[in-house]
Amino acid sequence: MYLFDQAINFVTSPSVFFFVSIALFLASIEFAHVWTKPKVAGGIAVALVAFVAYASTKHQVAETLSKPDNLPIVIIVALLGFLYWLSMRQAVVNDDRVAAGEPVKEAAEKNRKVLVWPDLVYTELIAMVLCVVVLVAWSLLIRAPLEEPANIGRTPNPAKAPWYFLGLQEILVYFDPWWAGVGLPGTIMMGLIAIPYVDRNPKGNGYYTLRERKAAITVFCFGFFILWLLLAFIGTFLRGPGWNFFGLFEDWDHNFVAELNNVNLSQIIWVDLLGQREPKFWLAREMWGFLAVGFYMGVLPVLIAMTVGKKLFRELGALRFGVVVNLALLMAALPLKMVLRWGLNLKYLVYLPEIQTNI
Amino acid sequence: MIKQAGDWLRGTQVWKSIFRHGPPTTARNRTMVMLSNVFLHLHPVRARASGIRLSFTWCMGGLTFFLFLVEAVTGILLMFYYRPVAASAYMDIMALREDVPLGIMREIHRWGAHAMVITVWLHMFRVFMTGSYKPPREFNWGIGVVLLVLTLLLSFTGYLLPWDQLAVWAITVGTNMARAHPVVGYEGPGANLLQVNGIALVHSGDDIRYALLGGRFVGEATLLRFYVLHCIAVPVMAMVLMAVHFWRVRKDGGISGPL
Repeated sequence: MYLFDQAINFVTSPSVFFFVSIALFLASIEFAHVWTKPKVAGGIAVALVAFVAYASTKHQVAETLSKPDNLPIVIIVALLGFLYWLSMRQAVVNDDRVAAGEPVKEAAEKNRKVLVWPDLVYTELIAMVLCVVVLVAWSLLIRAPLEEPANIGRTPNPAKAPWYFLGLQEILVYFDPWWAGVGLPGTIMMGLIAIPYVDRNPKGNGYYTLRERKAAITVFCFGFFILWLLLAFIGTFLRGPGWNFFGLFEDWDHNFVAELNNVNLSQIIWVDLLGQREPKFWLAREMWGFLAVGFYMGVLPVLIAMTVGKKLFRELGALRFGVVVNLALLMAALPLKMVLRWGLNLKYLVYLPEIQTNI
Repeated sequence: MIKQAGDWLRGTQVWKSIFRHGPPTTARNRTMVMLSNVFLHLHPVRARASGIRLSFTWCMGGLTFFLFLVEAVTGILLMFYYRPVAASAYMDIMALREDVPLGIMREIHRWGAHAMVITVWLHMFRVFMTGSYKPPREFNWGIGVVLLVLTLLLSFTGYLLPWDQLAVWAITVGTNMARAHPVVGYEGPGANLLQVNGIALVHSGDDIRYALLGGRFVGEATLLRFYVLHCIAVPVMAMVLMAVHFWRVRKDGGISGPL
């Protein structure tokens, strides 16, 4: 058991956990026809429940779970796991039907219209009653949290945002606040609204399918599962005092001080690589960062349009293609920045205190 | 005996004045139910079998709306007890838990809020996985995204009201980012360039975070602002957009199905 615990702590260390999760997610798309079989999925579910039961015997996990506001993240992960299976299962079944030349299940039901009373109204009634039962039971079992009275002079450690914003708080570690707190949330919102206007694939409208819109599903679920929920999960369970990382089964050590020596790109290149002093003039000092960001957001989309994205560019036209590629690059920028931080201790690519802007 | 009583009840003038049709056992009367009831007529009379199958819709959108109603009812009850003043807010919450008999209204309100965040995300997930945002439903997807943000804001503004350590510090962490808003946040990009004769135009006493909190720190004024946002401003916005959202579901062809 000791070895198992150590293995879990290793797997849940940030860089490993992040990439294991991405690999598992991509595998779940690629091998959807395997793991969505009810027997396989059932086996996975049993194993996960057993793991959660074991994990909750650990001191720190139990401590975190005892804070009732941390429960929703566990509930949504469990529910989403089930619903992800449900949607992928139906998608796989529909894809198999299409491959066999049959219409999808929903199309077979399309022309059968049913009366909303009683078929839908009663479903809704039952759903509402169950919802009330769950809420009342939840409320009777667990009291709403109430800590000491507000005291602006005493900062708790760690001070955490509500669970649904913990992903943003996690991003704050890697990005300047103007981007993590304002730019990125705005981009996420505008990006979500843009989805129907840039996804020109007419297939998969109104039924479950994976094969007909694999790219769209992969990108959306990557953003939702990895960049939003996984980060919120990390923020809840793996971030301890001082906003330091702790393995899942490790106790939070309040005296632990992590060595922090993050450096900016200008220092890495001018001082460490070229052995010079950083130039005084800001444009010269930050030229490498400007080049990197300019290449990533300006040149790379053009290169993609000319090479791997040729077909997509033809289909979407310049405007839609530009929006898609820039949103995708911004999405990818998050894991890239995390890698740069973990690998090179990079703080900012562009550091401009002159105008209070860092990238 | 019971059947006789039921038949007598349905024959009375009072019953007939409320329900202007016979019992919903025939196709005609089942249609009449939907057409003659203001609440039920949010629905169509008939729907595609695929559109109302539970494994297709998961009921998540409907549950989100239902949870909004639960929050409205329990919220109004809580407003009878709670005063948004720093001196009494914490004590009022304490009294709700200690003095009110069978008091689980705050619990239902809080867990209902968490549940609503969960169901609204799962609703969006379902709509995406079924491709239901595709034409002709593009605009309604956008309305839905705004409603999702409003749900998060509702939950976030309510988080402050118990006025305990958890509340104050979560809101402090959450609103700190407003300092870094470009131009209008005093630590944000470009804000330090706005100067007249060396006097900063945007500083910690007049930037966007100050407007949000009503001060440099989370305090008395913040509590009142978040209370008004939580109880009036955001719910009204959400209600208007929900009306649009439901209307457009009907106008854009009902719950999605294969074209």
